[in-house]
Amino acid sequence: MKAIRVGPVSAVIRPRHVLVPAVTLVALFAAIVANTGRGEFDIPASDIVGVLLGGGDRTDRLVVLQFRLPRAAVGAMVGAALGLAGAIIQGVGRNPLASPDILGVTAGAGAGAVAVIVLAGEYGAVSGPLAEVGVPLASIGGALAAAVLVYVLAVRRGLSGYRVLLVGVGIQAVLTSLISWLLVKASIVDAGRAIVWLNGSLNAATWENAQAVGIALVVLLPAALVLSFPFGALNFDDDTARGLGVRIDTTRAVLIVIAVLLTATATAAAGPIAFVALACPQLAVRLLGTGTPPLLASALLGAAVTVWADVLGRTAFGAVELPVGVLTAALGAPYLLYLLVRSGKART
Amino acid sequence: MTQARTSLRRRGLVVVAAAVLGVVLLSIALGSKALSLPEVWHGLWTPTGAEGDVIVRSLRLPRTALALVAGCALGVAGALMQGHTRNPIADPVLLGVSAGAGMFVAGGIFLLGVTTLYGYVWFGFAGAFLASAIVYFVGNRTRGGATPVTLALGGAAVHALFTALTAGMLILDEQALELYRFWTVGSVSGRPAEITAQMLPFVVAGLVLAAANARGLNSLSLGEDVARALGVRVGLTRLVGMAAITLLTGVAVAACGPIGFVGLMAAHIARSITGPDYRWVLLYSALVGMALMVAADVLGRLVARPSELPVGIMLAFIGAPVFIYLIRRRKPVRL
Repeated sequence: MKAIRVGPVSAVIRPRHVLVPAVTLVALFAAIVANTGRGEFDIPASDIVGVLLGGGDRTDRLVVLQFRLPRAAVGAMVGAALGLAGAIIQGVGRNPLASPDILGVTAGAGAGAVAVIVLAGEYGAVSGPLAEVGVPLASIGGALAAAVLVYVLAVRRGLSGYRVLLVGVGIQAVLTSLISWLLVKASIVDAGRAIVWLNGSLNAATWENAQAVGIALVVLLPAALVLSFPFGALNFDDDTARGLGVRIDTTRAVLIVIAVLLTATATAAAGPIAFVALACPQLAVRLLGTGTPPLLASALLGAAVTVWADVLGRTAFGAVELPVGVLTAALGAPYLLYLLVRSGKART
Repeated sequence: MTQARTSLRRRGLVVVAAAVLGVVLLSIALGSKALSLPEVWHGLWTPTGAEGDVIVRSLRLPRTALALVAGCALGVAGALMQGHTRNPIADPVLLGVSAGAGMFVAGGIFLLGVTTLYGYVWFGFAGAFLASAIVYFVGNRTRGGATPVTLALGGAAVHALFTALTAGMLILDEQALELYRFWTVGSVSGRPAEITAQMLPFVVAGLVLAAANARGLNSLSLGEDVARALGVRVGLTRLVGMAAITLLTGVAVAACGPIGFVGLMAAHIARSITGPDYRWVLLYSALVGMALMVAADVLGRLVARPSELPVGIMLAFIGAPVFIYLIRRRKPVRL
């Protein structure tokens, strides 16, 4: 541990806080290379690294940069956005089990997007301005509506109570059945696309998707980082935090809106990818040994986990490629169960 | 108090039975095709093969019967779950038990090619048992028994897990998906008429076990230690309860797909009339479950004419607000 002072700014550097993100970055890079190498013909890892560093021959460059990299890039950015959103909500709510998926925000985004896909799209593919603006907007609208609904119904004394989680479960049930209904109404082609999308898929990822999530990350990540300075103070009860000079209501509201926007853009790009937002901040807390979920590390972990899950879904089952959301749910749900059992035992 | 309670229970029984009868009549009389009452009457008693007769006899009667049986099973299953977990928000879908049954049934149908209800109902049982065992384990590991939160979140996790696994299986096959997306919303329409008859033995067995469980459940609601002191064999009672829940949920899910919130609402409505005695709660839950299920099915036919909302979706729209209301109550229900 080492303290650094530059003028009025001081910070404590712990080796873990450098080491864990560094290792995660390496893992993320490895995942991107593995993911990009996989396709109709496999490209050896060394060639991919070459292309990514600016070299490589022309065919490899075309295939990697135009066709394959978007998938990994969208995966990484979506994962980062979800990890960050989860970290924000868990930090602000002081609630290790809160996350956009459990609070119904993801389901809201999903319902909005599916409504556009099914009601306005032809053959399951919305195109033109509707695809570029309509789906993300509908998904943001749905996410915000769900968040507001949960907030109105649940929040009496902050987000820390368990009531908010249960209300989220209820809201999620309504939205999920709304989605099911839209799917029943849809033609089979629409439904097929929508269901793949609903399981969180990176199959159709393009640079446009990446751009949308990228812009959201570029704008919202720094905002979240700046606003999260009072996180430590928010860890105390509200009165103490106020006493320490934090404008808690404003800070909290803005941070939650940021988390909702991140979730919505991520969901619009790749569908609801379950449990990344719940599990990655918790993993980050355990790896770094911090009190609140560290934002940057959670985002990095989210990216690495998502891309690795995609690699696993594409390679582990032979010829069958499973959507990444199926993988994250199958891995994340047991983790949530484990957290429940553990937190139950630790409670005194 | 006991006197008043007993007479309320008796009178309430008449009211609830009348409600069941009423919604059954509505379910036969109303639908997306408007039939006049004489036409319905004609179809019921002297069918000649006219269009109205066919609609009444081969569409409306079977789905009403299926809704009755499934509603009864899910209502009792919900009450049993709430009793055994001592948790006011237990319900087959919310605890992930239906999703477990669903995954196994889907696996049986789509991977192993099982086609009859007799064939895949066993998969439903296996899945329901596995899922309830997981949820029960998670709840039990927490200190001081399972809180509503651990159970609900454990249930949500189990639900997500099994749903994802089901989706993973089904993505392989578009034809399976075509069947599955209709199955997954939970519906009582479009199922073959003989399914109801095939369900009956399992439902009856489940109901008998539930009835046998009622006294033990009454003692267990005083806490396991007190129950043991009163001479209840706790392990056996729990086992019988699990068996009943598994049978009832498994068969209902195998026949109709996952249908949520019936059990939750039925048990609460029942308890508000009967008080805590499970002999009455279970009886009322069965009747209220039937009434709710048929009523939701009828409503689903009316709100989206000329198409219809499947009963599972209708129940989620009605039931989720009830669920949220139960959570928001200042004084939580104590079981």
